[in-house]
Amino acid sequence: MTPLLATITRREAGIAVIGAVMLAAAATLPLFDTGFYLSLALNIAMYVVLCTAWTLFSGPTHYISLASAAFFGIGTYSVALGIETLPFPLLVTIGFVASAVLAGLVGIATLRLSGVYFVIFTLGLAELVRQVVTWAQTNFTRGVGLYVFTDFTEAHIYWMLLGLAAVVYVTGWLVNRSRLGFALRIIGNDETVARHVGINTAMAKVALFMISGGFIGIVGAFLAPRFAYVEPPSAFNPMISFQVVIMALLGGTGRLWAPLLGVIPFTILFDQISANFPNHTSLVIGIAFMSVVYLLPRGVVGLIEDMRRMKRKFRIVWTDDAALGKDPAE
Amino acid sequence: MEILITGIVLGGTYALIAVGLTLQYGVARIMNLANGENLVFACFGAFWLWSTFTINPVLGIAIVAPAAFALNWAIYVVMLRPLVNRAKNRGQLEVDSILATFGLMFIAQGIMLLGFGGGYYNYNFLSQPIAILGANYGLNRIVALCAAVVIAGALYVFLTHTRYGTAIRAVAVDPTAAGLVAIDVPRASAFAFALGGALTAASGALLSTFYTFNASMGTLFTMKALIIVIMGGVGDVRGAVIAALLLGITETAVASLIDPGLTLAATYTLFILVLLFRPQGIFGRHMA
Repeated sequence: MTPLLATITRREAGIAVIGAVMLAAAATLPLFDTGFYLSLALNIAMYVVLCTAWTLFSGPTHYISLASAAFFGIGTYSVALGIETLPFPLLVTIGFVASAVLAGLVGIATLRLSGVYFVIFTLGLAELVRQVVTWAQTNFTRGVGLYVFTDFTEAHIYWMLLGLAAVVYVTGWLVNRSRLGFALRIIGNDETVARHVGINTAMAKVALFMISGGFIGIVGAFLAPRFAYVEPPSAFNPMISFQVVIMALLGGTGRLWAPLLGVIPFTILFDQISANFPNHTSLVIGIAFMSVVYLLPRGVVGLIEDMRRMKRKFRIVWTDDAALGKDPAE
Repeated sequence: MEILITGIVLGGTYALIAVGLTLQYGVARIMNLANGENLVFACFGAFWLWSTFTINPVLGIAIVAPAAFALNWAIYVVMLRPLVNRAKNRGQLEVDSILATFGLMFIAQGIMLLGFGGGYYNYNFLSQPIAILGANYGLNRIVALCAAVVIAGALYVFLTHTRYGTAIRAVAVDPTAAGLVAIDVPRASAFAFALGGALTAASGALLSTFYTFNASMGTLFTMKALIIVIMGGVGDVRGAVIAALLLGITETAVASLIDPGLTLAATYTLFILVLLFRPQGIFGRHMA
């Protein structure tokens, strides 16, 4: 087996350098502003990680997961419950493990079956976990709310999220080139074929769903200090799941970096809408879903790729679709 | 005994919603996640008819259900048929229709929030007690259950004893083969989708007589209906009814014996059991 570093192509190295530079540039933001823009950037960073982690699983498999809020809440709760007794990094690890375990259980129950079962199961998952947590807290502890007091400022949380984003991107790249990633692409294109070439489809899907869920749990854990006061309805807010889906699909799920193109405009738009027209947020999300389905079925990335192809077609008359690396599933 | 009767009443309402959904999914092949909003629309419709024209909610079904039928027909033809035509396979149609109906769900919620606000509504209709086997129940609940039984019975007769009902069941089994025996599949699909919406609306009108409703509760009902549909077997009306009653009784039992805050946990426990042991539904046959 060749060492990992030796297999990196020049193109990949170039992307890595550009990515690192962009990340470093983004990291300097708290030096200029610690108010509105930092807060907005923090939201963007949060959704970038959430959507990329979501795409890690849902991109290749085409399964729509609505469980993000459940994993997020578990991460938040892991920190909130233990902040007074255990060190923060350990709590984040617990959040990661707990979310991944939950993802594994959900995956084992539903991913053997067709996609609809999975969507339905994840639709209520956050609500289910919220009910169980509320019930456990009211019966076995004194109050429902928990205070999270730490020395972290928004800038610290922002930097942690940027670091996590880098980890998620690297993980996504590693998965993509591994046997697991290859198996998942085959599953996404045709599951029957995947089974016939000897892929354990259920295990592959469960494994990736666990990785994806674990990362979402970490985001929830990082965000806990920002909440300061954690209670079930805020930690397990189902809107998180929907926003993650819509932003990721808006960007596109075919590429690892594609959700970025959905997250940035949507977060800014949504921030403006909820500040100025708080009663219209559901309408905006509804319209966004509609436009993704009817106008941008492959997201912004799909649009860019279409435009590029159009350009090429004008330049070269004998364009071969397959040569352009178009995904045959689409 | 009290648990059993209260559970059956609750289950009866679930049954109509779930039967509506199973028609939409089983025949029209559209997983309609906005179905709960249909229900809430009907709740507000019945409330409005009662408070403005003092029209009895049970009779109000005669207005609410046809309105929902027309609305759902239009939604199917305008919004969903392009997706059906575009989809290359069933998986893609499922993903597309789930996303489109999510959009619909949020838009409907947004409209209702703007129209009625986020507050809770209820009204008094037949709220005197009635004694059955020594325990008291709200008369409105019993009336709602009876109405639900009548509607479900009428649907059953329609599906099994009329020509068009049989055609609809044929589409549920195999759309391609149904087309070969001269059934107008696109029209039957639209009809089934609209009929499903009308049934859900009817159950909404009944529900509003004894349940406190608000603009954003639709999702919870959609979720329960979906779970019932899966439990009963997709497209299986009889299975949906049994599963709905089972769920109603389980929920009531958990709420009164353990904790009212754990009803969803009870639902999910049932759901997981079904997924693990009978993913094709309680009465479902094994799929190839």
